[in-house]
Amino acid sequence: MADPMAEIKASFFIECDELLEALQDGLQLIENGEQDSDTVNVIFRAVHSIKGGAGAFGLTQLVDFAHRFETVLDELRADRMQIDQSLLALFYQCGDVLSDLVRESRDGVAHDIASVQPVLTALDQLIPADEEDTDDAVDFQPMAVSLDLPDLDDMPLTTDGLPPLAGGPDDTAKTYLIRFVPQQALYTLGNEPVFLLSALSELGTVQVSCDDNAVPPLEDLDPEAGYLCWEIQIQTTKDEACLSEVFEFVEGICTLEITTLGTAQPTLCDSIGADLAISPPDPEVAPNLELALPSPAPSPSPVTQATAPAPANDTRREAPRATVRVELERVDRLVNLVGELVINQAMLSQSVDAAGLSANTSVHTGLEEFLQLTRDIQESVMLIRAQPVKSLFQRMSRIVREASRDIGKSVRLRTDGENTEVDKTVIERLADPLTHMIRNAVDHGLETDADRVAAGKPAEGTIELTAAHRSGRVVIEVRDDGNGINRPKVQSIAISKGLVPKDADLTDSEIDNLLFLPGFSTATEVSNLSGRGVGMDVVRSAIQALGGRISIASTPGMGTTFSISLPLTLAVLDGMVVRVADQTLLVPLNAILETQTLSANDIRAFGPETNVICIRDSFVAMLDLGAELGYRAPLQSYVGCVMLLVATEDGSKAAIIVDAIEDQRQVVIKGLQDSYGRIPGIAAATILGDGQIALILDPIDLIANSEWRTRPPSLEQHEVGACNG
Amino acid sequence: MTLQVLAVDDSRTMRDMVRLTLTNAGIATHLADDGVHALEVLDGMPTPDAIITDINMPRMDGFGLIDAVRARTDCRAIPILVLTTESADDMKTRARQAGATGWIVKPFDPQKLVKALKMVAGTSNG
Repeated sequence: MADPMAEIKASFFIECDELLEALQDGLQLIENGEQDSDTVNVIFRAVHSIKGGAGAFGLTQLVDFAHRFETVLDELRADRMQIDQSLLALFYQCGDVLSDLVRESRDGVAHDIASVQPVLTALDQLIPADEEDTDDAVDFQPMAVSLDLPDLDDMPLTTDGLPPLAGGPDDTAKTYLIRFVPQQALYTLGNEPVFLLSALSELGTVQVSCDDNAVPPLEDLDPEAGYLCWEIQIQTTKDEACLSEVFEFVEGICTLEITTLGTAQPTLCDSIGADLAISPPDPEVAPNLELALPSPAPSPSPVTQATAPAPANDTRREAPRATVRVELERVDRLVNLVGELVINQAMLSQSVDAAGLSANTSVHTGLEEFLQLTRDIQESVMLIRAQPVKSLFQRMSRIVREASRDIGKSVRLRTDGENTEVDKTVIERLADPLTHMIRNAVDHGLETDADRVAAGKPAEGTIELTAAHRSGRVVIEVRDDGNGINRPKVQSIAISKGLVPKDADLTDSEIDNLLFLPGFSTATEVSNLSGRGVGMDVVRSAIQALGGRISIASTPGMGTTFSISLPLTLAVLDGMVVRVADQTLLVPLNAILETQTLSANDIRAFGPETNVICIRDSFVAMLDLGAELGYRAPLQSYVGCVMLLVATEDGSKAAIIVDAIEDQRQVVIKGLQDSYGRIPGIAAATILGDGQIALILDPIDLIANSEWRTRPPSLEQHEVGACNG
Repeated sequence: MTLQVLAVDDSRTMRDMVRLTLTNAGIATHLADDGVHALEVLDGMPTPDAIITDINMPRMDGFGLIDAVRARTDCRAIPILVLTTESADDMKTRARQAGATGWIVKPFDPQKLVKALKMVAGTSNG
């Protein structure tokens, strides 16, 4: 059996992440002024639960810090303190520290005490150490517990679980006389004297006599009142403290007298009432004053783990949803198998076609259903891997707080669409690029508070981080309300660095895109925020590696928006199978707006060697795929070819020309990145139904690269350099 | 007869630890996430020999649960142990006032928890 404690510990850290998320949510609610009476309690409970669990695993630093944080939260909970902006900022910092400590505890990394000190000092200023409940602070000792219990029957029945120390086991047995008179409260609090007596009997040899003199005649008897008292003579090697510990829970609700009779052999007490020797204890024989209560019915039901959902009428907290934790590896295996199933299904379709069955046979109907089922299974499996971007956004909220503090700007982060779900891997690999983009927005995007006020804007800058599903992709945007990209400055830097020729005539969009060139940095002095040797080119490569695209839009004086568009999954996509120059290629379906077979009327000459396509009174640029990929020379005539209309990131359109459309199908993405690195215009490869390998195009990238080629040669070289870098 | 215990805690880690401790000691353990949930679980199981409950919980805290249990004629004599991180005397007084039978300080010593249970609910072979 796997070590159950290790499993619980692993599960504890997962729970910590959930609790930290609840903590962040609560702080966010307070910040937005949307808190209700329970918000502070939720935050308190999150910290409290982290402390409780950490204590069980002996994570001292985590316990200590959570305790300090909790103490302040408790003041807030008890209305002895009012929350304001500075306190909220401190709580955010505490949340950050707590999150660090949790991570470090999980990874077994020692924590840098010095980094916590300022936060601790701030907490101390709120509640001086002497005001803190010192009892509590001292009493809550973290302790790494081991659950390797000895056999229950072998366990000595002392209440502290530790071998008794001074006055403990003494070779000489002593005899004590205990007089035990329960009060009424002892029964109403659920105590059962016979269990206490039986616990006592395990400490030594006992003689128990029950005094029933107080029991009234039956007509006067109150069945719920206690009339009995006991005298116990016990011969034991344990000391008096051990004896009174048995009565720990009934202290104050009974009269307890313990007297030492000496070390001599006890004389049997036979004077009072009916003698009752308890060895072994037998509750059936012992007087039981709970007769009015039904005893627990024996049940065949074994240990059950109750996970029933909470009643729906409670709106305070969402009913806990039943969840199962599964190793990621198993999910990935399932994803792979479903991928194979998709390929298999495609092969089967092809075989059926090849067999020449007529289209309305039951085989085709069955195949159609099979196709639908495969698709449903695939979507369900993808959902397992999908996670809300919330955790990612919460990390960014911290980045904004830290970055704005370091650089001395007031910044507010607004998030939207936190529940948008994206593949887990995408979320993980998005953290670094997004962090860099957020830092950039704080550092370069936003002006200083003074500059903002001078420009008639509120001193506090705003960064919006949003996520949304848009036509089969996830779009994540980072928008700041800063001054926008300083295009003359960007261009002059690019010229000074030799990235563009001096006389280059660039559009606004082209200037903005210079930011993505390797080695480009506008910071005149490298600040310790964004100047970490990572440029936007690295951000772009990271996004592209995820099958995503990044684009930029900026309005002078109004701000800059970076948009990241990502595929929902990294495993499967819907594609259009096309042929060009005898090659079979795949174009992602979600990139295609419309298709059309070209007639002579649709094609217009634009300059000596360039054609454009006329679609409903507008013209779009044309890209001959066969020529672009070097399969053949440009055609003389494109009449009869098929045009795939594709929307580019900036909203403009372009037409990709292919020879024919063959099919439309779901394909499994097989990455080329590991073997070949990034290939411009090519997203990945796939295996078709007939076993043939086909490249999956990235039409937007293809068009973007192609556009550069019509530009001055110097730019083209840089772009090629960017791709190689 | 196997002891039947209902353990109530909003922290999954704590629930797991209590269950492991009790199961190792041969005690049948039923779990609930908070007071409201505990009352539901209580309806669907044989009357337990004891209840172990956390105090700080959403929806219905431990004190609320004790009140509710003590108000039910079929359950009012069930021994209830309170699991709390506070060990101050104040805590014991409050637990007592709320109607708790006993208290265990978190992080709990597994042996001590099992022994306290035996103390209030009898032994499994009793």
